Amino acid sequence: MTVRTAELIMGVVMLLASFGLMWNVLNDDLTIGWLEGRGPGAGMWPFWLSAGMALTSLWTIARWFRGVTAESRNLDPYIDPETIFMVGITIAAIFFLLVLTNIIGLYFSMMLFLLFYVKGIGRHKWGLTLAVVFGMPVAIYMLFEVALNKYLPRGWPFFEGIFLHIDDFRYAIMS
Amino acid sequence: MDSIISLLGAGLLQSFEPLNLMMIFLGCFAGLFIGAMPGLGSVNGVAILLPVTFLVPPTAAIIFLAALYYGAMYGGAVSSITLGIPGASTAVATVFDGRPMAQSGRADQALMAAAIASFIGGTISVILFTGFAPPLAAFALKFGPQEEFALMLLAFATFIGLGGDDIPKTIFSILVGLVLAAVGFDIISGQPRLIFGGLVEFQRGIPFLVLAIGIYGIGEMIWTLEHTKGKIQMHKVEVGFKKIINNLAQVKKYLPVSTVGSVLGFFVGTLPAAGATPASLMSYGLAKTFSKDGDTFGKGNVAGVAAPEAANNAASTGSMLPMITLGIPGSPTTAILLGGMIIWGLRPGPLLFTESPDFVWGLIGSMYVANFMTVVLNIALIPVFIRVLAMPFSVLAPIIFILCVVGVFATTDRMFDTYLMLGLGIAGYLLRKLNYPVAPAVLAIVLGPLTERSMRQSLISSQGDPMTFLERPISLVCILIAVGLVSYPMISKMIKKRKAEKAA
Repeated sequence: MTVRTAELIMGVVMLLASFGLMWNVLNDDLTIGWLEGRGPGAGMWPFWLSAGMALTSLWTIARWFRGVTAESRNLDPYIDPETIFMVGITIAAIFFLLVLTNIIGLYFSMMLFLLFYVKGIGRHKWGLTLAVVFGMPVAIYMLFEVALNKYLPRGWPFFEGIFLHIDDFRYAIMS
Repeated sequence: MDSIISLLGAGLLQSFEPLNLMMIFLGCFAGLFIGAMPGLGSVNGVAILLPVTFLVPPTAAIIFLAALYYGAMYGGAVSSITLGIPGASTAVATVFDGRPMAQSGRADQALMAAAIASFIGGTISVILFTGFAPPLAAFALKFGPQEEFALMLLAFATFIGLGGDDIPKTIFSILVGLVLAAVGFDIISGQPRLIFGGLVEFQRGIPFLVLAIGIYGIGEMIWTLEHTKGKIQMHKVEVGFKKIINNLAQVKKYLPVSTVGSVLGFFVGTLPAAGATPASLMSYGLAKTFSKDGDTFGKGNVAGVAAPEAANNAASTGSMLPMITLGIPGSPTTAILLGGMIIWGLRPGPLLFTESPDFVWGLIGSMYVANFMTVVLNIALIPVFIRVLAMPFSVLAPIIFILCVVGVFATTDRMFDTYLMLGLGIAGYLLRKLNYPVAPAVLAIVLGPLTERSMRQSLISSQGDPMTFLERPISLVCILIAVGLVSYPMISKMIKKRKAEKAA
């Protein structure tokens, strides 16, 4: 897909998204005008802002047809194949990091993510890989759980149980 | 004047308290490294590390983040010079002469000039800040909701008029930010809005950090991955005590351009749409124009490194002026700082000076200390930077991604927001590739609730009469300037067109 095509598609998608937002406000029965004695209705602000988004999207589409924007004349690929691979794999890895967080917890999923990224993509030596894979979760645990008392997701009970042992160990040291 | 000096003295004493001093040190240290990393700048650092600051009291937290902001401005020059890749857009102008200097084996000289010029920029701007902030805050005490709303309009208008980006796309970006800020319960009627079929997750609204970390953490890293392909080549730097002393002696070569750049940078930095990037470019342009050897700029002139570095540091301080005094952020970084202040329970704006003087003057005092500490750290750590910059991107990137996920979860306690962050980051990246500016959206999501509240308060008090915005002088002036700013690009285009037609 060229940058030119991408700009048109983005303009249309944004236009549809703006209409969707306007419809959402209307569908929720929010007043988009003035309520006598009570001032602007709850839907006025988001509805008219979304209407503004729709107008600016139309403006961009009109400029695309007239070839005004630099993007509308650019026939280079929007994302080149090498970038698609690199960006795609990165986004997919982050997505799986989030999905696995619900199952095996954030600490274990971040270890898998780091292992995949540092060893799989970066092809670094095992020494560096293991240092990052184990060092990062320890640093996050110390900073967020020990210092900030902020508990991060630990996944299903089995995986949560592992961390309860770690917590017990920590409290035993600190008490 | 006496009261300012005594308040500043108290602020300086406060910044020397052990916790605050440690925060300054950590902020400068972290900022230097974050700024030096390709693809990372102050805005990314502040967005990603804001959740960590909940560990300490608000004054210490803002001191840490302000020091980080400072440090990142210093650090940006390191990657510009040694790698030829600006750490952030604010350091783009530093590449013009910094890179040729590094290529000709003068990287140490360029790094020293950048550090010293940044110090000059920081010092001059913080003095200007101290002088301008109290009177501006006192003036802003007269503001009611009408003036607040007009001021918000002015902030958005500067993005349209002075941002230099595609106008419809800039307006779109502002509106998206405002709409995202409106998700959740209505502040006046309590009715749920834009919750997309009753999705409970949206009822709490979209926290600004989700958008900020999505765009400046995930989106920015993907952007850098694309542009560097993970491959970066670094130039050798030879540093030693003798070289440092020799380089210090060259200050007189760039002192005038640094001074002019500092003053220019401070005032450009106060404008919401302008900030450090245009300030550094303008300072570079001025230095080149008025230099006796202007033709050597771009080929390794040390003044070409000093001028933008002084300006971008001064602009970072300048951008804090409207944030502290008016509650309007002067840059994306200060927009995130402003959001942080709201989370800490503070209300940015003129009342801050009377309600929380310790906070304000502690921050101002810390800026003096941070400036001094950063220059010392910067020069001392040059060899360490060189080693850290050799860190492969395939190690740095996953660490940043993890910090983004953890940072968002730690702030909102919802996994849903981490998915939203990823989605917004990807959307931001795709939009940015098509020249949609993303900074106005971040500014708008922070200012959105304030803008809506002031507009609705004004309209309720005037019983629906929109003329209320034009009947009050300060509000009227702000709206007229806003209209002027929005019209400016169109008028200038028309004038150019007419001139071209006449010439033809």
